[in-house]
This record gives sequence, C-alpha cells and structure tokens, in this order.
Amino acid sequence: MRIAIASGKGGTGKTTVSVNLALSLENAQLLDCDVEEPNCNLFLDHPLQKVKDVGIRVPAISKDKCTSCGKCAEACRFNALAVLLTGVILFPKLCHGCGACSIACPEGAISEVTQVIGSIEKSASHTHGIELYQGVLNIGEPMASPIIHALKGHIDNSRTVIIDSPPGTSCPVISSITGADYCILVTEPTPFGLHDLMLAVDLVKDMQIPYGIIINRHGTGDEGVEDHCSENNIPVLMKIPYDMRIAELYSEGIPFVLRMPRWKDRFLDTFRELQVLTDRC
Amino acid sequence: MVKQITVISGKGGTGKTTLTAAFASLANNALIADCDVDAANLHLILDPVMTSKLDFYGMKMAAIDQNKCSACGLCRSGCRFGAITERFVIDTHACEGCGVCALVCPKGAIVMNEHKAGEVYRSMTRFGPFVHARLGIGEETGGKLVSMVRKNAAEMATMHGNDLIIIDGPPGIGCSVIASISGADLVFIVTEPSVSAIHDLERVIEVAAHFRIKTVVCINRCDINKEKTAYIEDYCRKNGVKVIGKLPLSETPTKAMLEGRTVIEHKDDIFTGTVQDIWYRVHSELFHNSFRPLFQ
Repeated sequence: MRIAIASGKGGTGKTTVSVNLALSLENAQLLDCDVEEPNCNLFLDHPLQKVKDVGIRVPAISKDKCTSCGKCAEACRFNALAVLLTGVILFPKLCHGCGACSIACPEGAISEVTQVIGSIEKSASHTHGIELYQGVLNIGEPMASPIIHALKGHIDNSRTVIIDSPPGTSCPVISSITGADYCILVTEPTPFGLHDLMLAVDLVKDMQIPYGIIINRHGTGDEGVEDHCSENNIPVLMKIPYDMRIAELYSEGIPFVLRMPRWKDRFLDTFRELQVLTDRC
Repeated sequence: MVKQITVISGKGGTGKTTLTAAFASLANNALIADCDVDAANLHLILDPVMTSKLDFYGMKMAAIDQNKCSACGLCRSGCRFGAITERFVIDTHACEGCGVCALVCPKGAIVMNEHKAGEVYRSMTRFGPFVHARLGIGEETGGKLVSMVRKNAAEMATMHGNDLIIIDGPPGIGCSVIASISGADLVFIVTEPSVSAIHDLERVIEVAAHFRIKTVVCINRCDINKEKTAYIEDYCRKNGVKVIGKLPLSETPTKAMLEGRTVIEHKDDIFTGTVQDIWYRVHSELFHNSFRPLFQ
C-alpha cells in the first residue's frame, strides 16, 4: 500500500506525520519526495549513501555541423536555445531535456549529454526498520519533477510505502502523489490552513485519490477546518495537539513517537483505518 | 528606482506571510506582491478589492485528434515525460508542453493548444496596491507565473509612484523561489530554531548567494530552542549574513490571522514591538546602505 502525505501549505507537519507514521509501522519504506528540502532523514539520522545522480539530457551542439539555421531554437518551447551569428547557445537552466531540438535539427548537429540536477540517496542501514530513499535537488536547479520520477523508481511494492510530498498543489506534488492508494492531507486549524487545505482537496479529488485529514497543532486557531470537514464528509483521521513537548522534540529533530510511545498506537490505529478505507486489510 | 525586498523561508510555516503583512502595514509607500502563487495566503489578511484580472497562459498543451491518429506509437516513444497513455490520450498532469509529440507525429494528428493555467489580480488594499495570483490546481511550478506577478507589480508600482515592492515568496529552493528573488535588492529569510528549518535555511542562503543577492535573516520563535538559535546566529556570522532580528514564540500571529489583521494592527506587545524594530532595520538596509555583494 502506498500512502502519500501532502498538505497544500508548507510547515503544517507533513514530515512529522510521515516519519512518525513510518516509525509506527513495521517494515515501512519512506520516500522523501520533497526534493527541494528533504527533511525526513533529519529526524531519522540514518547514514546515507548515494544511489545515483539524476540528470536530464541536454543538447550538445556540434559547431562543425551547425549551420545556425535556427530550427532548434524554433522547436524549443522553453526558450533554452538562442541562435547567434557565432552559433547556438544553450541556457541549461531553462532546458527541460525534452529532445525537441535534436529532432528538429536537419543537420544532425545535436547530440545529447547528461546534465546532473540532483541525486537519489538511500539509508545505508535500517534503524527502526525503515528503508529511506530521498531525492536531493542541487542548489540553483529549478526542476524537481525529474528527481521525483527517478525516486519513485525505487518503490518496493512488498512494503508499505510512505511518500512525503512537497508543499503546494503544483507539478512536483502531482508527480509525488500519482499512484498513491491514499493521500493524507496534513493541515493546521487556522484560516491559512483551511484555505490551502481546500486547494489540496481539489487536487486529490481531481486525481481521484481517496483522502483524509490530519489536523496538526490542534487547540490553536479556530474550528474552521473541522467544520469544513464535517460539512463535506471529509474524514478527520487524527488530531495532533499543540503541545510544547512535541514542539521541543521537533526542534531537536526527534520523532515524538520515540519519546511518547502511546502515539505509536494512535498512528497504528490510523493506519488500520486506512487499510479498511482502501480495502487493503 | 523602485526597491524590491523578497521574503522567503526555505521551509514553509516559519512566519513568512505574517511578517510580509506586518511590513506592508508599516511601510509608507509600498506595493505588495504575493509570489507564493502555489499557496497564496496574503489576501486573507490584506482583504484586497480587485481592480483588474489577467489570464495567465502556461505552456501550450498537446491534444491528439483521435480521427487522424493511426496509433503508430511514435509520440509515446518520443515523449520523455510519460504523458501519452496507451489509448493515445494526453495526460495533462504529466504533459510539459514540449511539443515533441507534435513534431514526430507523421499524421499531423497532434496540435498544441493554448491553455489557461492561472490568473493574476491587481488589487487595492488598506496598505496600498497589491498584485497576487492563483495557479490552477496541478499546474506546472509557478516560475513563469511568479515572473508575471513581478512584472505587473513593477508596472503598477511605477504607476502609483511606490518606492518599494514587498514580495511574499514561496518556500523551497526551486523554480518559483529563483523567480521570486532574481533582481531583488534584499532577500529577507524567516527561519526558526529547528533542525529542519536550519537545514532549509542553509540551502536557501546558498541559493541567494548563488544569485548574489544581499541577504538578511530573521529568527522566529527563537525561544523554543536557544541552542539552535545560537547555532543559526553563528552560521550566519560565518557566512556574512546579518541576523536582523529575533522574534519570540507568541500567540499574536495566530490571533491576528483569525481576525484577518496584521500583527501590528492586532496588538501592541513585545512581539509586535520587535517586528517594528526589524522593519526599521530592513528599511535602513534597503535605503541607506550601499550595495555590497556577499560571498565573493
């Protein structure tokens, strides 16, 4: 079973839920798809090993063969190529690696080289039984999705897979939650939380992924999120209270189920509920 | 020349929007822009009255004419984003709009269609003009939309004679963050003393340095972990980044948000007093210090 954790807004507690849920299960695989800011391992502190680099295929243009006809730049929809009198120049940060330029070139002057934009890492040892994979986007690189795709190639279907998604509702989130059996949306009980939750709900509805809510920092803010959920029959799977002890453990990078073991049972109960909801028990 | 300050955070939830809104209420002659297009929240506090709306077109999207399609499969093998299903239908969530499929189709069965991906709004608020946007659900990361917001902000600021643009940026370090900070005069990073926020802070400082933009850091909720706060101060000092202020953990931001007001409007307490001090320092960084590139 694949469970994706998403949120709409950043900072609601996605990583907290992902890590604590994974720790409460036996034999979980945890995929940190928030490749701009992978944070799961800050809480697990596993030694990591690099699995591979992730690259996209960018054009390499042969000066000898190129006639500066401009067909490549015309085919590129990302404005990554410009034709000058002296030849063609590539703006690598704009290139999506689609290959349109090499198809369009009538002279066969374009070959492709791999440009590394990030990497995949995995935990070298499995403390707490969790196998962690994470993607890391290199600094200054704009595109997260190719790394997420590569990361999802490491999914082990024999395990329960927990997918920590990036914030928001755009492209990288879709790449992350595609193929999930269930999506947990983590929110906080404030007007900001509710606003972004509604966007995230639209997304998972559109993708036809069953979903439920975990309210983090319950006790602060107002009743807006709970009212919205009950009016729209959205299951609230769990409420994590606003608790100084949890906040302190979080700031230290310690998953709270390790110090407050009764929470392990709560997460396990939630997981069993999900199994029932998705007919996977 | 209109100055620009972008508020970013690396990690979400550190208090970016709270501070942007506070700055908006403290600035005398600023335009406000919400570039966190993926989860725009500032309008919830600023209560804008829209004056105009512009459609945002993202990348064109491929569409297959089933009558012309011979199911030869060249488009599927040419597409590097897995966007063409076995039944030769475009998966719009996966399509990047590169046009390779249209290029390779021997039957001319694939066309690239204009595709509305969001909206940009020009508005007025009680603190001055405001540009914001909404990215359609599941659309491509909003770098292009961020640029459109900033372009409209610059135009509107010139029109209204504003001397400053305050930009609420997105979390992370990717496309939309880069689009939000490029060309800004100052990057204002909000962080908090937790392992994950520190990790993201270090990455986002590197991004700002990569683009050679002057950067200051504000530590929010500095009292939840004093050792980590000291670590951040030390890290910033070593990297030539000024810590411009420290804010205590407080209920004020949440309470102000519930009322749809900025913290400054909500109440006068230690928290808001510190925010005011920070704003004066920001103002002096922007208008009185000569530019000095970092990390040379």
